[in-house]
Amino acid sequence: MATVFKRPHALIDVPLHYCPGCTHGIVHRLIAEVIDELGIEGKTVGISPVGCTYNNYDYFNCDMVQAAHGRAPAVGTGVKRVNPDNIVFTYQGDGDLAAIGTAEIVHAATRGENITTIFVNNAIYGMTSGQMAPTTLMNQVTTTSPYGRKPEIHGFPIKVCEMLSTLDGAVFVERVSTHDIKNIMSAKKAIKKAFQVQMANKGFAIVEVLSACPTNWGLNPLEALKWIQDNMVPFYPLGNFKGKDLEV
Amino acid sequence: MMAQQEIIIAGFGGQGILSAGRLLAYAGMLDNKHVSWLPSYGPEMRGGTANCHVTISDEPVGSPILNSSTALVVMNGPSLDKFESMVVSGGMIITDSSLVERDIKRADIDLFEIPATKIASDMGNLTYANIILLGKLIARTNVVSKENFEEALKKVLPEKKHYMIPEEMKALELGMNY
Amino acid sequence: MGEKLLMKGNEVIAEAAIRAGCRHYFGYPITPQTEIAHYMAKKMPEVDGTFVQAESEIAAINMVYGAASAGARVLTSSSSPGISLKQEGISYIAGAELPAVVVNIVRCGPGLGGILPAQCDYFQAVKGGGHGDYKMVVLAPCSVQELYEMTVEAFNISDKYRILTMIMGDGILGQMMEAVEFKDKEDIISPDKNWATTGTQMKREHNVVTSIFINPEVLENHNHKLQEKYALITENEIKVETYNCENADIIVAAFGTVARIIKNVIKMAEKEGIKVGLIRPITLWPFPERAFQKYADVPKAFLTVELNAGQMLEDVKLAVNGKKPVHFYGRMGGMLPTQQEILDKIKDILK
Repeated sequence: MATVFKRPHALIDVPLHYCPGCTHGIVHRLIAEVIDELGIEGKTVGISPVGCTYNNYDYFNCDMVQAAHGRAPAVGTGVKRVNPDNIVFTYQGDGDLAAIGTAEIVHAATRGENITTIFVNNAIYGMTSGQMAPTTLMNQVTTTSPYGRKPEIHGFPIKVCEMLSTLDGAVFVERVSTHDIKNIMSAKKAIKKAFQVQMANKGFAIVEVLSACPTNWGLNPLEALKWIQDNMVPFYPLGNFKGKDLEV
Repeated sequence: MMAQQEIIIAGFGGQGILSAGRLLAYAGMLDNKHVSWLPSYGPEMRGGTANCHVTISDEPVGSPILNSSTALVVMNGPSLDKFESMVVSGGMIITDSSLVERDIKRADIDLFEIPATKIASDMGNLTYANIILLGKLIARTNVVSKENFEEALKKVLPEKKHYMIPEEMKALELGMNY
Repeated sequence: MGEKLLMKGNEVIAEAAIRAGCRHYFGYPITPQTEIAHYMAKKMPEVDGTFVQAESEIAAINMVYGAASAGARVLTSSSSPGISLKQEGISYIAGAELPAVVVNIVRCGPGLGGILPAQCDYFQAVKGGGHGDYKMVVLAPCSVQELYEMTVEAFNISDKYRILTMIMGDGILGQMMEAVEFKDKEDIISPDKNWATTGTQMKREHNVVTSIFINPEVLENHNHKLQEKYALITENEIKVETYNCENADIIVAAFGTVARIIKNVIKMAEKEGIKVGLIRPITLWPFPERAFQKYADVPKAFLTVELNAGQMLEDVKLAVNGKKPVHFYGRMGGMLPTQQEILDKIKDILK
């Protein structure tokens, strides 16, 4: 009997600890499938962030380095500069990448550091229980914006792809989503290309993945996916910002 | 020379104060002496005050920071004000009299006033002024040999400036004989 | 030994690191250590190495963390305010047991303070600085030749124990020029780094470099393991210079540049019939307690002289353990004690 569906080799065969309806698992799987398809597991080094996925080193079969909050692009820079033949990816959430680690991501991008960043944006801090993130939407209620995000108090959300695509060193920038099958398939394509850009030594590549956090949004998994579609996608438009036609 | 020479060279940034000290220290090292060179460092890159402490000794150098000096070379008035009192009794002060206008207060030291900037200007290159003053220092103290000073120039100057060495040595001799 | 060269302390650190096999330097400009970065920027391309001017000290130390994870010999350097920023990374490096070398050319604080020499980061270096129960080896050279030798040694110690080693100098040491003689070849002692994240090549289980251990039993065991390592280093790696201590009337404790001032004071005191001894800790951690214990019965008193408000003083007191009075003389703000000041203090104590 032919196997039509199996766990990617790059994903270790252990249960993931994520909440029901969380889309981190999907993003993990997409990355692992891409690593398998590109045949790069043996030379890939992943950088784990701080946040709900701090221990994704327990899930990926490649070598992994756990970084301090926000510093994954700097750590990835160190790894890549030592062994340029390694394929280095950072996996970061919105607090990690767009708040505490803003300097590191901007400068890794502008240096054209030849690494790949998978940026999971769920508009909230998950692990520390639902605080306002730099990508929290206007009027969104969180534990630190209990009356909703207000511009006069909290300022505005950061559109990471739009910001980074202004930098010459960032050669591939795309925003994708996990709220339905079609978008998940597009997400995989973007992630694959972001790795291929690195394999072709083209420079910095980032894929922003809009993701669900039903637990901290106070929604059930299906409502959460719909919330991405109805609230996040209109503010964070999907699509390629840079490098669509890049030869890899 | 005496067992340990403690030399302070001071003036404006850009007058070659630090490099004069460095040349002296390098020549001392080539003479098989123990040497140290300590610059003032800070935001002043050009035009501010600059000084360096150079120790050339028969024995390992203790502190590189000088609390007193056996010889003071000054290329401006403020530096004379600052360092005049640090010279030991019986020590020496060499001034660039083109730029230092006032008389010195000390009577217990040997004073040499050389219009180094004027002489250098006559030679067609102001940057030789520091070398002219070093010439007098070397002539009076034998702190380093002339031969090793020339050798030090070769070590310190980048290759593309080696063509200047004959002129530098001429400046040194003008100072030695002034 | 090769040719004798006249070089700046900061440049010698950089050259020594390259000679020790360091090919990766990450840094951020700050006075008075920036010549290290200048030298690296110029030389690294000649040896197929990497120089990255990072966006911050925080980024630089995290690049060090990454490069060390990948198994490389790696260096960063800074001065006091920049070292404060690096404390996050330093703690993570300690937790993840990575070998790396950090140079601190200390300037005066607190805050932005000033750019002149000081030793006010002693506590930060030997007692912590970052969070958690960790130690790093702290070397305090006092000459340009020692800067060379100890930089090479720092890389060897780091690799041997998987620990961060700090070279702690001050603005004088970094800025001064002295003669230095490089060896033709360095003794590079580096065990196989089979834990490094260089890619599995599909030939082994994946390596993980991490400082997080959520399970309390695992984390306690990890801490026990770290403490055992620190005990081993304390057993093996202490370095100290003792000078003129036999029959000394007073023994001065000083490290780095200050120890050189004390050597001048020793000569001055001799002329007045006072015998002054010197204990110069070369490793500030591990601290050479035994040297103090050995001589604790000899002098009438100890005097600690530092460019701070009295930091090593505490370790000297612990080592002398009440057997003799331990006095202190210090200058701050970039001011340096004169030899006469110190001699006066000694005479005052012995009165």
